[in-house]
Amino acid sequence: MFAAIGVMIAIAVVIGVVLGWSAIRLKVEGDPLAEKIDAILPQTQCGQCGYPGCKPYAAAIAAGDADINQCPPGGEDGVKKLAELLGVEVKPLDETHGTPKPKSVAIIDEQICIGCTLCIQACPVDAIVGAAKQMHTVVAAECTGCELCLPPCPVDCIAMVAIGQDLPHWKWRYPVIELKQVA
Amino acid sequence: MNRELFRFNGGLHLPDHKAESNTRPIHPPILPARLVISLRQHIGTPAKPIVSVGERVLKGQMIAAAEGIISAAVHASSSGTVRAIDLQTVPHASGLPDLCITIETDGLDQWVTRTPLDYHTLSPSEVRAQLRDLGLVGLGGAVFPGAVKLEVGTNGTYPTLILNGAECEPWITCDDVLMRHHAAEIMQGLSVMHHLLGSTDILIGIEDNKPEALAAMRGAAATLDVPVEVIAVPTRYPGGGAKQLIKTLTGKEVPSGKLSTDIGIQVFNVGTAFALYRAIFKGEPLISRMVTVSGHVQRPQNMEVLIGTPMVALIQSAGERDGRTGILMGGPMMGVPMPREDVPVVKATNCVLVKSDALFPSLPSALPCIRCTRCADACPADLQPQELFRFAKSDDFGRAQEYHLFDCIECGCCSYVCPSHIPLVDFYRYAKSEIWARTKEKTAADQARERHEFRLFRQTREKSEKADKLAARARTQRAASSPPDELASATAASADPEADAKKALIAAAIARAQAKKADAAPKNTDNLSAHTQQEIAEIEARRAKIRAAAHQPLEQEKTP
Repeated sequence: MFAAIGVMIAIAVVIGVVLGWSAIRLKVEGDPLAEKIDAILPQTQCGQCGYPGCKPYAAAIAAGDADINQCPPGGEDGVKKLAELLGVEVKPLDETHGTPKPKSVAIIDEQICIGCTLCIQACPVDAIVGAAKQMHTVVAAECTGCELCLPPCPVDCIAMVAIGQDLPHWKWRYPVIELKQVA
Repeated sequence: MNRELFRFNGGLHLPDHKAESNTRPIHPPILPARLVISLRQHIGTPAKPIVSVGERVLKGQMIAAAEGIISAAVHASSSGTVRAIDLQTVPHASGLPDLCITIETDGLDQWVTRTPLDYHTLSPSEVRAQLRDLGLVGLGGAVFPGAVKLEVGTNGTYPTLILNGAECEPWITCDDVLMRHHAAEIMQGLSVMHHLLGSTDILIGIEDNKPEALAAMRGAAATLDVPVEVIAVPTRYPGGGAKQLIKTLTGKEVPSGKLSTDIGIQVFNVGTAFALYRAIFKGEPLISRMVTVSGHVQRPQNMEVLIGTPMVALIQSAGERDGRTGILMGGPMMGVPMPREDVPVVKATNCVLVKSDALFPSLPSALPCIRCTRCADACPADLQPQELFRFAKSDDFGRAQEYHLFDCIECGCCSYVCPSHIPLVDFYRYAKSEIWARTKEKTAADQARERHEFRLFRQTREKSEKADKLAARARTQRAASSPPDELASATAASADPEADAKKALIAAAIARAQAKKADAAPKNTDNLSAHTQQEIAEIEARRAKIRAAAHQPLEQEKTP
């Protein structure tokens, strides 16, 4: 009987050591769920969700502190994807966090700009170039359309311009099949 | 000549409607009053305008330069004056405007100086640079910049060079007519391709419903010093698709998601070979091309057309007829409907097909898919169109890609055979453009994430750097100010060195401020006239009075 107990204890010790070692050595860095959520979020870094960026919002959703319907740039589509990932019910966007807008970019009216650098400090993706008392301009390709540069501007020289429909952005529409007219 | 041919799966035997247009002589170029030349004539980056409004340009003068690697220059098709560089409706299914250069022609048709290229003495890269500046693009339909296609990959050569003269699409005869009339020139263009690519196996595939073209090309091939095989391939749509022609001629299949060049085969259209001949031996840029005008017109024919000519001018010269129901650029299977009749001809325009209710009756309404798989039997790319339709319809793009949506060549065979008249190709086009848009969005989001993370990293780094700098300065100042104070506060220092250092810093700051004040003493006070001196004295007296008043309590406060 003592032999059996000894064997069981030995097995327990060996397994314990293996598990303990793997818990330390094979530890996953970061929060894999938050990263998956972050991959779905649109990365506008606009803060409309109430968090200072997409990653903190993703972490909050993963921790259960935030709801999935607080991201207007992600739209209904984003909510659907998050619901699918987390296995929860789809819900309409929370209007208190804003409503979805067409994708747009910031444009600085360079005649009015006084070169105060406040928008440069506000831009979450460093998409505005310029220096103190020098004209600023937006790198349109990098702009996420978050609108964070609008409030700090003391001369209101920044405007959001919706990205127009042009050839490179054009998409084939979903084919509409004509319905037969029934008298 | 008894080469073993292979058979690609699927495909259709269609009524070819070639006889309507291929018997008439080539109509010479018409010179419209206005040429609207699109800057997006090719796949890749649009050309960049290098002329200004009001400038006079000559025929063949470069008006927009190639931009980026995959690009080609654009030239004036005739001499005249640049009237506008603005957005104009271009021949595209969307009907959206794009940047175009409008030239008002002067009727002189005056050429720039043309210099033929000696491609034997120039290095291949120099020849390619010249061709890029001469605006050479593939004229088979994809309008891929020719200079890029003529560049051999890492393996140094493309063993097989195929010239595509199959022209499988019904109604279109521009390649047929070009081969009949310009076989010798096409062969010279082919010899340049051979020179640049170093191919050992040169094949020309022509569908067997073009006996005149076959004969002309065989005759011209015999005069060439490189061995060229002109092969009649069975007429079966889409036998002129690059991948289908490769399969027919060589038995090789281009793997999914790869290019023909990955298996050492390069394919050019016969029109491209002719344009290459003109570029090399005449020094002429690509400013005109052969266009078939057919369908609901009085005289269906082939025309040499200047790039930028409005399509309606071609229809007029072929004889307008009443009852037009729209025009297609390209053939009935793969052509795209044009938003307007006055859109300009571009380098990709091989055919202007005028529709009428009699020739192209509108399809009956679509019915549900009954999964008969006739489309799968017809598909030349060995796909499962019914499955692709199911996924595209339900926006299940992941599954659509698993079923190789991007191997679809949009030939239209599936839509043609569908007994339910489902516009299948429209669904595939929708799914493809949606997937491209989403991929673009995803890369943009990834880029934004990276930039945001870098910004956060930069901010913390700047903060720590600033803190380090301040600490270092405080240390050096303390070190500088401590020696003179050492004797005076020797006893106090031992009690609280930190407070002492602070005191020393404050003392130093006060000293600095005083020094600054002294520096700011009035300037230009020497050699003043008596009058000025008096003025200064008055001002100073006033200042002293104000200062004294400010120090005294107010009147009200004095007498409550």
